[in-house]
Parts: sequence; C-alpha cells; structure tokens
Amino acid sequence: MIKDKKADIKTANDIEKKVENSVGIIEKKFVTFDKEEQSLLLDCGEILFPYTLAYETYGKLNALKDNVILICHALTGDSHAAGFYKIDDRKPGWWDMMIGPGKAFDTEKYFVICVNVLGGCMGSEGPSSVNFKTGKRYCLTFPQITIKDIVKSQRMLLNYLGIEKVLCVTGGSMGGMQALQWMIDYPESTQTAILFATTARMSAENIAFHSIGRKAILSDPNWNNGDYYDSKPPDAGLAVARMLAHITYLSGEILKQKFDRKLQDKKNYSFGFDTDFQVESYLLHQGERFVQRFDANSYLYITKAMDYFDLSAEVSGKLIPAFKKVKTKTVVVSFTSDWLFPTPMSKAIVNALKSQNVDVTFCEIETNRGHDAFLLEKEKLTQLVKGFLSNV
Amino acid sequence: MFDIMEDYSKREIILESSERIICNLIKPNSRVLDLGCGEGILLQKLKKDKNIKGVGIEINEKNVLTCITKGLSVCQGNIDEGLTDYADKSFDYIIMNNTLQQIYKPEYVINEMRRVGKTIIFGMASFTFWKIRLTLLFNGKLPKTSFYQYEWYNTPNIRVISARDFFFFCKKNNIEILNFYGNIWNIFFQMPLAITNLLSKYCVFVCK
Repeated sequence: MIKDKKADIKTANDIEKKVENSVGIIEKKFVTFDKEEQSLLLDCGEILFPYTLAYETYGKLNALKDNVILICHALTGDSHAAGFYKIDDRKPGWWDMMIGPGKAFDTEKYFVICVNVLGGCMGSEGPSSVNFKTGKRYCLTFPQITIKDIVKSQRMLLNYLGIEKVLCVTGGSMGGMQALQWMIDYPESTQTAILFATTARMSAENIAFHSIGRKAILSDPNWNNGDYYDSKPPDAGLAVARMLAHITYLSGEILKQKFDRKLQDKKNYSFGFDTDFQVESYLLHQGERFVQRFDANSYLYITKAMDYFDLSAEVSGKLIPAFKKVKTKTVVVSFTSDWLFPTPMSKAIVNALKSQNVDVTFCEIETNRGHDAFLLEKEKLTQLVKGFLSNV
Repeated sequence: MFDIMEDYSKREIILESSERIICNLIKPNSRVLDLGCGEGILLQKLKKDKNIKGVGIEINEKNVLTCITKGLSVCQGNIDEGLTDYADKSFDYIIMNNTLQQIYKPEYVINEMRRVGKTIIFGMASFTFWKIRLTLLFNGKLPKTSFYQYEWYNTPNIRVISARDFFFFCKKNNIEILNFYGNIWNIFFQMPLAITNLLSKYCVFVCK
C-alpha cells in the first residue's frame, strides 16, 4: 500500500513538472453565434444559424492585437492544442510540443487560438449537436460543410474576439488546408502562413482512402442512418475507418521499425483469426481508443469536407490563378516519408505561389515518421517556426 | 612532392571576397535569386547592404533550416530540375556562386537562368590556376587544393571548370559576357583572360 502511494506521488510530481513546462491548465471556451448577421451561408447553399464554436486561447493578446497565431487542427483534432484541462490529464493538447512558453509558438510572445472545426464533435456545431430549431440532435440533417465554411466560421470567431489580422495561420494536413483557404479568402488579414504536410487539392488516392473509411461506418448496422445517439454507436465501423486511416499517417519504415513481424504475446502463429501480430494489436488499440473520443457522423462530415477541397476547382482547374490575390508570406513544409500528402503536393503549392510572386519558403524534412511527422518532429519544426516567426 | 594543399580558411577568404565583389555588382532594391545559396551568407549580405528582395534555392535540408532562421526565403530543391515555376525575366539577378561544379545539366540550367534573370552572375574555382598546372606536371597526380580538397572517389564536384573554358562556353552559346574578374590573393580584378586563367584560383563572370 505504502509503496503504491509513493508511486502515485512520483507521477503527480512528474505531471506537475509537465504542466509547468506547458501553457498550464486550460479551459475550453464556447461562443454561440445567434445574431442574424452572424449566420453562415454555406457552400452547399444552406444557412447555418445559430451555431456554437469551441475554442481555446493561450498567451495574451497585445494592445495592438497583432500577435495572433491561429492554429488549425487536422481531421480528428480539436481545440485542445496545448496544455492540460486537469492536473491529472494523461496527455497534453495535441500540439503541446509546439505551443507554450519558450516553444515554437511562444505563448509569452503570441496569442494563440485554436478552434474546433465546424462539423466536429468536441464542442463546435456538428451532427451530434442539438439543433436549436428542433430541439433534437442534427444527425444527418446537419448541412455538409466545406473547408471554406470552416474558415468562415473561424473568421466569425476572430471578429467576435475583436481581432482583424492574424500574424500567422498554421496547421498540418487538414489544418494546412484551412490555412491555405485563409490565404485566399482573407488575403489582407493573413500576414504569414506555415503549412505542414498538406495539399491544395485532394487526390483520387486521398479520396479513395476516405471513402473506404466512410463505407466502414455506413456499413455498420448501428449507424442507423446517422441516428444512433440514443442507442449503440457504430463503433465497429468507426474503428475500422480509424485503423485504415492510421496506416496512411505512418510509413512502412516506421511500422517495420516498431513491429516488423513480431507476434503479440505468443511464440507461434495461432493458425486462426486471433490477433497474431503486434501490428494488428496496435491498430485494434488505435481503433478502440479513437471511438471513445470521436463521433462517427463527424468523421463522415469532415472527411467529406476534405474530399471537396480543391483550390483549383473554382479557377478552371488550375492552381496558379487560385492564388492571384494571395499576399501571405508562406512557409511550406513536407516530409520525406509522407505518402498521404507527399512532397509533390507541397511543391505544387510552392510553384503556384512562386508564379504569383508570393514570398514562399519550402522545406522538405527528412524523417521516417510519415504524415504524422508534423506532430512529432519537434526539434526541426521548432527551429523552423521559431526562426521564421522571429524574422516576421 | 610539390604540395599545393593549403589551409581550408584560404578558401573561405576567397569565397568571402567573391561575395563582396558580387555584392558590389548588384544594384540596390533589386530582385535576386541565389542558386545553391547554402547557409544564405550572400543573400543575407545582399539584404543588409543592398536591400534586395532575395530568394534562394538550396538542396540541403540543414542549410534550408539555417536560412529560415536568418529570415531568408528559400526553397529546398534541385537546381537541375530547372526554374520552371519562375516567369521570364522575373529576377534582376540570378547568382550561382561556387555551385556550377556540382550541376549535372549546366547547359539547361544556364539557359533557364538566362530566361528567368536579366543579369546572371557566376562564381567558380578555376582549375587552370598555375599551381594546379604544376602539380599535375610534377606530381602526375590529381591536384588537391582548398577548392578541390576531395579525392576522385568522394568529391561532390562532378566538373572541373577553368576561366578560359567558361569564356568559350559563353561564346559558343551566344551568352554575352559583360565583365569577368579573377582573384590575386583575396582581391578580385578585371584582368585579361589569359592572366585570370593562369593566376586566379577563382573567377566571377557577369553575363546576360
């Protein structure tokens, strides 16, 4: 017993140290836009109103309001980018390695904002939210949103906070798409942007992977046409979607390094369909953990929003004219082992920006960590972001 | 044995003075593209001294990160792939200093530089420097100098160039040479080609 207590104290100290090294204890904030002029005209033609956004802020807004950094999260992220909600939280926010005092996005200098995307399930209006007009959950009556709509809602939040200009908008993967959309839709307000592992146009392969994920959810009988909030959710389908997607975030090399063909708690093959390999067990675990925190309908809506993302669509299928009004000083970062949004996708952005005489920097980071490298390559990304921002 | 391998710092001194003369050649407030910009020393100098708007292209990730830390705009990439994304004459100057010896397709790349740049500037070590000639003659071995410090099997420098060879390359390809400079010690002068070719370790060509 005594021994256990000691162990507890040790971990508590460790956590305290961890908290000290971060933005600390953070509270998620909510704002509901219920004024007529705040309604959102969505790309699909529908009007979303009223709606709630969940967001978090770290650091202090200065008097000139010119130290704002907008962090855009990826598909399954949320507004919790840094710090802890409670002292005994197991993990900090998803980009804690980059956001905090003295870190890349230094909260002693900058006012950092992260908003949960529209369509999400972590506090912002989405299919699992209760529709104000009907008093029932939206389910599939929630309108299909796009990246442009997500960005529009973020603009609304910044207006609400009295912020006109953003010093830097940044994000990886789908977060990078939002940053690109900011550059195009609000060129005057977007001073700089740092785009990690992203694309200006979802490829057929990207859509293919998403479509399998969605099919897994749609095929789960528990999905019940999206109306499952009062019954069992389609966990099996969502878990399969996550397992598949998770592989696309890694690399063959890292899978080999972590698991190779190692067996899970056994010496011989089971000659059955039990979990034989460590990699199987790992993926199952990823799926199980994911369904505890994510909503299947949100997964459908947000993957679709990504699939619709093609900046060249509105301008005759070419990327260069899409950036015509862009003034944002931009850094584009890709990762050598990212096969989901590989380097040529980043280069397409860089080339189009170059053609528009936009001040653009491009760096391809050598790593074996695949697409997820933007969440892991702490040292190089810190050097890059800190170096870039200190000269802005 | 006739030894011409000298202190590596001499190379740095010559490169630094080549950067100084290149910097002098550039008009203030111009747009400059630096091919193979390394750690961005020249770009930084040009930004500070001439208030240029500069971009670098660099193949090495570590160098790119260093450039970003210095506040320089740089694109990681391979110059051999060309400058296809840049519009015609979109830069006042394109500089390639101490890089030409590592280019696979010089003819293609130089044509691209002429398309995109109004003035193009090259800096390169000249292989016909008299000491190199003598080592070849007396030692009968590949000469090693501060600019050619590698062995044949590990050198990243896939080409050897001389002032005279570059001069005739330009003539052959109708590239107009506005000026060229060679160094003696660490000072660059305009000298006749034969003198530059014999006495200079390094030369700078300004072309159109």
